[in-house]
Amino acid sequence: MKFVDEFRDPSAARALVKSITEIAGDTEWKFMEVCGGHTHTIYRHGIEHLLPENIELVHGPGCPVCVIPMGRIDDAMWLAEQPDVIFTTFGDMMRVPGSRGSLLDAKARGADVRFVYSPLDSLKVAVENPDKHVVFFAVGFETTVPSTAVTLLRAKTLGVKNFSVFSNHVTIVPPIKAILESPDLRLSGFLGPGHVSTVVGIRPYRFVPEVYGKPVVVAGFEPLDILASVHMLLQQYADGRCEVENQYARVVRPEGNTAALKLMGETFQLRPHFEWRGLGFISQSALKVHDDYADFDAEVRFSMPGVRVADPKACQCGEVLKGAIKPWECKVFGTACTPETPIGTCMVSPEGACAAYYNFGRLHRETALLVGQGAPVG
Amino acid sequence: MTSERLTPSASEVPDPEDRTRIRVEEFRKRRPRLVDEVITMAHGAGGKSSAALVDHVFVEAFRNPELENLGDGAVLTLPGGERLAFSTDSYVVSPYEFPGGSIADLAINGTVNDLAVSGARPQWISAAFIIEEGFSIEKLKQLAAEMRAAADVAGVQIVTGDTKVVPNGAADGLYITTSGVGVIPAGRELSPHMVRPGDRLIVSGTIADHGMAIMLARGNLDIEADIESDSAAVNGLVEALLAAAPGTRWMRDATRGGLGTVANELAQTAGVGVVLDEGLLPIDPTVLGCCDMLGIDPVYVANEGKFVAIVPAAEAEAAVAALRSQPGGAQAAVIGEILADPPGIVAMRTPFGGTRIVDMLVGDPLPRIC
Repeated sequence: MKFVDEFRDPSAARALVKSITEIAGDTEWKFMEVCGGHTHTIYRHGIEHLLPENIELVHGPGCPVCVIPMGRIDDAMWLAEQPDVIFTTFGDMMRVPGSRGSLLDAKARGADVRFVYSPLDSLKVAVENPDKHVVFFAVGFETTVPSTAVTLLRAKTLGVKNFSVFSNHVTIVPPIKAILESPDLRLSGFLGPGHVSTVVGIRPYRFVPEVYGKPVVVAGFEPLDILASVHMLLQQYADGRCEVENQYARVVRPEGNTAALKLMGETFQLRPHFEWRGLGFISQSALKVHDDYADFDAEVRFSMPGVRVADPKACQCGEVLKGAIKPWECKVFGTACTPETPIGTCMVSPEGACAAYYNFGRLHRETALLVGQGAPVG
Repeated sequence: MTSERLTPSASEVPDPEDRTRIRVEEFRKRRPRLVDEVITMAHGAGGKSSAALVDHVFVEAFRNPELENLGDGAVLTLPGGERLAFSTDSYVVSPYEFPGGSIADLAINGTVNDLAVSGARPQWISAAFIIEEGFSIEKLKQLAAEMRAAADVAGVQIVTGDTKVVPNGAADGLYITTSGVGVIPAGRELSPHMVRPGDRLIVSGTIADHGMAIMLARGNLDIEADIESDSAAVNGLVEALLAAAPGTRWMRDATRGGLGTVANELAQTAGVGVVLDEGLLPIDPTVLGCCDMLGIDPVYVANEGKFVAIVPAAEAEAAVAALRSQPGGAQAAVIGEILADPPGIVAMRTPFGGTRIVDMLVGDPLPRIC
């Protein structure tokens, strides 16, 4: 795998860590990595323990599975249990608990729930099963919206009558704003979303330095990307700058993907408000299927219960998503709430902060350093 | 060094993060609870749900000392003192033919391998077939011939069997159950409790081939890659290893749940720390590329012709050399070591210089792989 090896080079990592340690000095730094993908990389490669102790990485809200509220899962299960419906979803969503279990449970009880890797696969299922109605459970930030948009366009072009989308697409800027407005957190800056920015570009984050005085570095997802981005944030402070920078320039263009944005505008429209797990209702933070595509909108075709369900009392996913607490500070972490029996969404998705910490990060700093520095066997 | 460890209880530790870690470890050691009302796919995935089901339903009903070891095969002592290994497995793989193998050779190799890693020389196999009405007899003949060929390669005989036909729709083509018996040579002792800190962990070849081959063979991924299942009998490799490294402590074939699951079972049963070196894992570049693309960790992907062995450090070099000299063992490698600390945990040393945990897999990314 030559194409990723250059972003996982240990000698480059050591050099960056050394330089980071020097610039960081004795100040306490707190940077939020916005994306769940970043969180996953940080724990999977043991980056938290490589950084000096005075740099804290706070996990942000950019995990699409984590932010879906319980009521929407209940609606999804209701849809899946309708007669002659094939309900298709990304694999991650199958295990997210609603108030009556998860889609996996609905499947075990007899609902036809299938996991797909792309919404186009879901459309294929619809074409192959003309006597059934196929619903696609659309989740994700701007990263995944274009693929749903293309699918809607194709469904319309092909004149498919038995396909609809249950849209839970959300946008990244409103939750970042909500976090900046929250009094709980004193952040030094952001590792900005990488994949989302391939679509929206880097301009939408300008308000962060301009209004809130915090630097943003749009960061890639390989371990060296994370270290380089932390370095760039510290360098901005050292230089007395505060701006949006693009570390992930090999993938992200400043203007984003204009063709994708245009298509999104044609197939989706902003909802006045949307409920986020743990963050509550945020205005203009989510997308519904455009009125021009109403025939493909599951929310129009079916009258779902649409009941709002409060999160379980013990669950502190909201605090974790806002970065107000670390996963291990949640009262049910690792005991009542585990990857096998998750209570909250953050324990379900591999990008969720709790799952990443539970699966990869549960090591004492000294143990981790000791094991990591041990001579390779062989 | 004593085998007793003084683990502080959570309330004695000052750091709150450490307290949480200790609480989580204590919780992880508890017997898994069975909370579900109906069977879900997770109960067949080999993870914690499977363990809970086996524990609360089958062990509860069948309880006896041989069963309670829950090894790949039961080890039985005959009145004359000879020991037998006895193992059984069902095969429901979909699709039943895939690049590198089929349900037929899998049914032989899987049972042969369970016996071999128990330390036995596999000898006799039984085969039971559940066939869906409408299944092609020509195809059945071909699969039977494949079973015979796999049995010849492994040096076992299929000595008894059974056939059942179920109505259209009551099964998916063909399911096969095989059982096998092998003789354990006198003096051969293998047990997780013999594993010691400092021992080396060896894998007999590349990992993740079978699971990835099945995934691509299902054809709904739009990925075209030349990946073949590693379905093969490992009894020849096992004999070569045991001859070169007579101090071998323990072996297990890394099937469903992959290397990560085997390493976790060892860490928990033996109460040791297992450290894997990510940079040393033998993985075919194409397989690794597909895993990366699909976001699947190759340490959890199934193998059908690979096993893990724990050998004393002093015998590791000879063990790997012996494996590499055999057909199918060219990629054998030392991939990790056993530490006293942290007990019960599998840690991965990343090539990047970091460390992470490799936990038991929850849920299967891919059901019906064997």
